[in-house]
Amino acid sequence: MSDAVATTNEAPLLVLDGVSKRFGGLLAVSDLHLVVQRGELRCLIGPNGAGKSTVFKLIMGFERASSGRITFDGARIDSWPTWRRARQGLSIKMQIPGIYPELSVHDNMRVAAQYHVGGGQMEESIERLLARVGLGGMSRALAKNLSHGQQQWLEIGMALSVNPTLLLLDEPTAGMGPGETEATARLVESLNADGVTIMVIEHDMTFVRQIARKVTVMNLGRLFAEGTIAEIETNRGVTDIYLGRT
Amino acid sequence: MANAAEWDEVRPVSRGVSLLKAENVAFVLFLAYLLIYPSTTDDFSIGNTAYFMAITLMALSLALIWGKAGILSFGQTAFFGIGGYLFGIYTLNVLGSGATWVGILVGVMAGGIVAAILGYFMFYGGVNDVFVGLTTLALTLVLQTFMAQTAGPEWAVGEARLNGYNGMYVPQISIGDAPLYGRPLYFLYLAILIGVYLLLRWLSSSRWGYGLVALQENRPRTETFGYNVRLMQVQVFCLAGCIAALSGALYASWGSYIDPSSMGLTAAITPVIYVAIGGRRSLTAAMISSMILLQLSQSLASSAPEYALVIFGVLALLAVLFVPEGFMAALFSAIDRWVFRRARVDPGMGTGGVSSETPRVG
Repeated sequence: MSDAVATTNEAPLLVLDGVSKRFGGLLAVSDLHLVVQRGELRCLIGPNGAGKSTVFKLIMGFERASSGRITFDGARIDSWPTWRRARQGLSIKMQIPGIYPELSVHDNMRVAAQYHVGGGQMEESIERLLARVGLGGMSRALAKNLSHGQQQWLEIGMALSVNPTLLLLDEPTAGMGPGETEATARLVESLNADGVTIMVIEHDMTFVRQIARKVTVMNLGRLFAEGTIAEIETNRGVTDIYLGRT
Repeated sequence: MANAAEWDEVRPVSRGVSLLKAENVAFVLFLAYLLIYPSTTDDFSIGNTAYFMAITLMALSLALIWGKAGILSFGQTAFFGIGGYLFGIYTLNVLGSGATWVGILVGVMAGGIVAAILGYFMFYGGVNDVFVGLTTLALTLVLQTFMAQTAGPEWAVGEARLNGYNGMYVPQISIGDAPLYGRPLYFLYLAILIGVYLLLRWLSSSRWGYGLVALQENRPRTETFGYNVRLMQVQVFCLAGCIAALSGALYASWGSYIDPSSMGLTAAITPVIYVAIGGRRSLTAAMISSMILLQLSQSLASSAPEYALVIFGVLALLAVLFVPEGFMAALFSAIDRWVFRRARVDPGMGTGGVSSETPRVG
């Protein structure tokens, strides 16, 4: 079948093949080719307006690509609705906090986990994940009463509740202090060590330096550079686009 | 004998699943009162209360669609009318024992089918929030306008004359050839009301019910956890349509009569007001307060009809401004807090140790 790609452990987990997204006259993403292997911890960086968040929206299905194809875990998903992609193993922590402020921490986690965790394991799974994201013992608090950093962690916990194959984190440390950023970096690394493939959009270069094995740089909707963090940091072109010299 | 430590281990964790809460106590008292009530009063009051129960089903349908799923619908009255009219059309054409029972089913299904079709086009077409209110209100008014001009003899379905504003005659629910009235009818309506209430309570605590609460707060986010949000919206809209149609069929059968005014503007807004005053997020609060307000409305209609709408308007305004969760729901929370001491959440726990004000680094 032409829509399917052979699924082996060696096959890439996610492939964006010539993906473009046009909003009226604006080409937000232009002919993007991006391949993410299983087990990767990939950082996506670039100046504001580079199209990073749009790429996440295209992967998750909030927006449909104007052209190109997206393949995930052996299936072509670019025409699928978001919920179906979620059941296939995609999960996201959004840039704008996507928690349910009026529900308790426990109920936030339950809502996220319902399609992915059996009823019998629900409570144990919630406790385990909350402990992992540093919210152990807080399950009865209302989500809106958590600090900003704790809300971000709750959202990561919710994103993990779906047992994702690929976890998309859009600016997970936005608004966090140095201590919280450090803790988040350790969390992301440990999740990756457990086998979750992760893509992170981040502006905080200290964070990127700490976690990333491979970095993709986007500029003006295009893939600008790709390489190790050392290669990227010494790339003259990358410093230029960040300083607005292109 | 087990020591205290072992006992602690087997005791279930209390996390809002305990049955001892104001809402449940109120429900048990409400049910007990309605069970005893017929033996304390006359036939007129019994029949009257059966009528309140039929209308209260519509309040439950609204508490489901508006309170649980966050979709404010003025269309419940339209489904109410469809249920009533279809019940009448079917039972006038199909005679024989059991026809009235099938007629109720026909009315309910008709309401459900219309709701499913409208819901499909609205939710899959991306219509949400206030626009659902406008669309459903339009449906109600279109149906009323249409039914209003059916006075002529050409407007008949088989034996059933629609009769415009003169109203349509509708047979009563009957067992064999004997129409039900008085106590049997009262207990039938009570059983249906409680049955629907318990079904909705059970659904609310299911995976589906949790999903509804989530999509009410944030639809796109809920979809990322694997919920088919649009389908769930159509499902809940259809179910609420079925319950409103059931309400209409029971109402029409109770009074042997239905006319287009049951689908007018006032009729569309009245249940919204009842549910807003009682508490839309609590099925129990919506049900009990609807019964109380219907009684109050009827008392006012005989003693001071000119004030009835004013009083309900003021109550609704006060609820919206000062007690947005509704008076009875607020009372339940207060009793939970002060009597049962089981605040579901620990407010203020969220500031533990880390500052939220540190500016972003980098």
